[in-house]
Amino acid sequence: MRFRSLLGAAVVFTLAAHLAAQNAPQSQQAQSDHFVIETGARLYAGQCSACHGANGDQINGVDLRAGKFLTVKTDEDLAGVLASGRPAAGMPSFATLNSDEARAIIAYIRSAFDATTEGVTIGNAGRGAAVFEGKGGCTSCHRVNGRGAYTATDLTEIGTNRTPGSLLRALAQPAQALLPGNRTVRAVTRDGRTIRGRRLNEDSFTIQVIDEQSRLVSLVKSDLRTFELVPTSSMPSYETTLTADERADLIAYLLSLKGR
Amino acid sequence: MKKLTRLAVTLLLVSASYRLDAQVTSDRILRAADEPQNWLTYSGGYSSQRYSLLKQIDTSNAKNLELKWMMQNQVFGPWESSPLVVDGIMYLTQRPNDVIALDAKTGRMFWLYRYTNSGRQQVCCGAQNRGVAVLGDTLFMGTLDAHLVAIDAKNGKPLWNVLVADDKLAYSITLAPLIVKNKVIVGVGGADYGIRGFVAAFDPKNGHELWRFYTIPGKGEPGSDSWSGEAWEHGGGSIWVTGSYDPALNLTYWGVGNPGPDWNPDQRPGDNLYTDSVVALDADTGKLKWHYQFTPNDGYDYDSVQVPVLADLMWKGTLTKAMLWGNRNGNFYVLDRENGKFLLGAPFVKVTWMSGFDEGGRPIQTPQPVGMPTYPGVQGGTNWYSPSYSPRTGLFYVSAWENYGSVYRKEAVQYEPGRRFNGGAGQTAKPTPDAPVMPGPAAVRSPINTWTDTVGHGAVIAIDPKTGHSKWKFQMYDVTDSGILTTAGDVLFSGGREGYFQVLDARTGALLWKTYLGGPIMSAPVTYSIDGKQYVIVNSGNVMVTFALRDQN
Repeated sequence: MRFRSLLGAAVVFTLAAHLAAQNAPQSQQAQSDHFVIETGARLYAGQCSACHGANGDQINGVDLRAGKFLTVKTDEDLAGVLASGRPAAGMPSFATLNSDEARAIIAYIRSAFDATTEGVTIGNAGRGAAVFEGKGGCTSCHRVNGRGAYTATDLTEIGTNRTPGSLLRALAQPAQALLPGNRTVRAVTRDGRTIRGRRLNEDSFTIQVIDEQSRLVSLVKSDLRTFELVPTSSMPSYETTLTADERADLIAYLLSLKGR
Repeated sequence: MKKLTRLAVTLLLVSASYRLDAQVTSDRILRAADEPQNWLTYSGGYSSQRYSLLKQIDTSNAKNLELKWMMQNQVFGPWESSPLVVDGIMYLTQRPNDVIALDAKTGRMFWLYRYTNSGRQQVCCGAQNRGVAVLGDTLFMGTLDAHLVAIDAKNGKPLWNVLVADDKLAYSITLAPLIVKNKVIVGVGGADYGIRGFVAAFDPKNGHELWRFYTIPGKGEPGSDSWSGEAWEHGGGSIWVTGSYDPALNLTYWGVGNPGPDWNPDQRPGDNLYTDSVVALDADTGKLKWHYQFTPNDGYDYDSVQVPVLADLMWKGTLTKAMLWGNRNGNFYVLDRENGKFLLGAPFVKVTWMSGFDEGGRPIQTPQPVGMPTYPGVQGGTNWYSPSYSPRTGLFYVSAWENYGSVYRKEAVQYEPGRRFNGGAGQTAKPTPDAPVMPGPAAVRSPINTWTDTVGHGAVIAIDPKTGHSKWKFQMYDVTDSGILTTAGDVLFSGGREGYFQVLDARTGALLWKTYLGGPIMSAPVTYSIDGKQYVIVNSGNVMVTFALRDQN
């Protein structure tokens, strides 16, 4: 096979979109702790992945990780399918699982197969919007729906391509969660000018950034005296400056951002 | 005396114009090197070196290249086609199966032939066609719905059209056919759909099949013991890049693609011959003379469809008919093309799927733990991109993806006719643990480079075949799907995903000249000359761009 299809990549992204949609209204089940999800991951690998696949998308019309089901809506529905199977579609009953095990599998599915998720709590998107624009001060760097600054990435569509877990980590440890494409570049031109900005694009000979004054700047590498990628993120950690509830609300708000 | 001179001039002119109208005989193809003004086969000649004797453009003047003409493709999508040039006329293909004849000096079109596919055609990786073959006044094209079509080179009208394989089972043809003597040879694609691959030769007069070699041996045939149970029936082994030919040995060489299912070797225990191999076939009968398998029981989709490059080398004191091969599995190989003997194997990129070779040249496989990346990744250390060999520099040039790995996942899969038969997936290793799964460099991206070089980068690597070591490297920021052309002017032409067309010094790798063409370069450059002027063409995005030296005055 020559290339993995473009479609594959697109699926991954839409999958994240579905995921966000599924996670927003979750209640206590989403708070299943890390251990339960881990347990669910092991059970899933043993019991489910042979048919559903490691990514949960091997059955037509079903994408477990993306929260796409034929009939299932609630966790109770999921538990029902596990208990009785789907004989018509060839899925056996998993009534041999005890209720803790069934709950673990459901937690794993609901965590979007993200066993590293540390019990992400998803709060209230309305309150999260207030945190975003108020206490969090997010708009001083980020932009949403045409409002806010250009310094950091535009978050208008962030809910379509991030998991709750990755958003939580981005709030707590921004440097680790930063995508390589968004890194800060520091360049000094031959005439001594220093340019700091967020990388927008790069190739072998040039680099394009938006600088701290929100100017679009294109640099030719051979014209630079120094050129480096700043390993840290200019975003502060919100681990202590926001409360857990505020972070939960903020995550809910970010997950609700699906573009215009 | 004056009269005599005039007569001589007239005779010369007549012979010149006769030459212009001359048919492309198989003898001319055999001696393609004698007419470097033309480009008569996919790789420029039977030894597939993609090397030209033209030397008007050289290391001293490459900086004076300028745009001569462009041809805007009428269809959208990566353009992987490599044109032929016959006495000033260029024959090229565009998606899905259009053939164009144009004036190679001005770019103006003579005719356009548009083949209509069945509508059932299925291809894993885009509606590609890599070019036509020419014999006499006839062009030959394989189609996405697995037909072979003969086209009149003068007017673009179809002469005959034969079915090569069943498109309902997802057989397809994307390669440029190869003419050997009085045969048109093609191979079929579809290993990602559980086909049983083959190479077949056809009569150029009427399309009658003359021989067929299955890349997956049938029950009881030699090599069938490398398969278990019925796995061979859907064993894959596509042939989707044009092979080579050694007239002295009368052997034609073809690189064979991945086994099916791609990523689940557990489902097909055994070496799975002749997948991921090179096969040497008798050109008259299609009988297998020898084979060498690069990746036995492959679980990584390491198709070995690369162009077999034939070169005569001094090997340990003996002039040896060698075959040079930069493989998708990350290794560079030298084989003896008379008998397939393994002479040398050495990695040219990071390789973790194997740790070395045993004495017979069989790789010692080292599967990585589940969930950990394997190098090279799904796209390979290189892929179908045309390599080049310059007899002047003695170096082999390959477009490589460096430091690029994938996490592979295998899964049981049931064969269903005409459906994908992949058995898992390979996903680009993520640079940041929290990153959304990387679209990976596989997909043709927008012009914005979002994944950066963090998950691998492209390079042109010059390898000394005698040692397997790299002599120099031209590193790119993004990856490259470009082929490579070298010439007697000691220049190397290549490009990459970024859209730069680069001219390098073939001896040192120094960048002599570059120009930004704005679209990914996904085919190999070709050179030819008309009226004493050397041209070089390259496809970038949807545009074919032609360069030559700036006119004097």
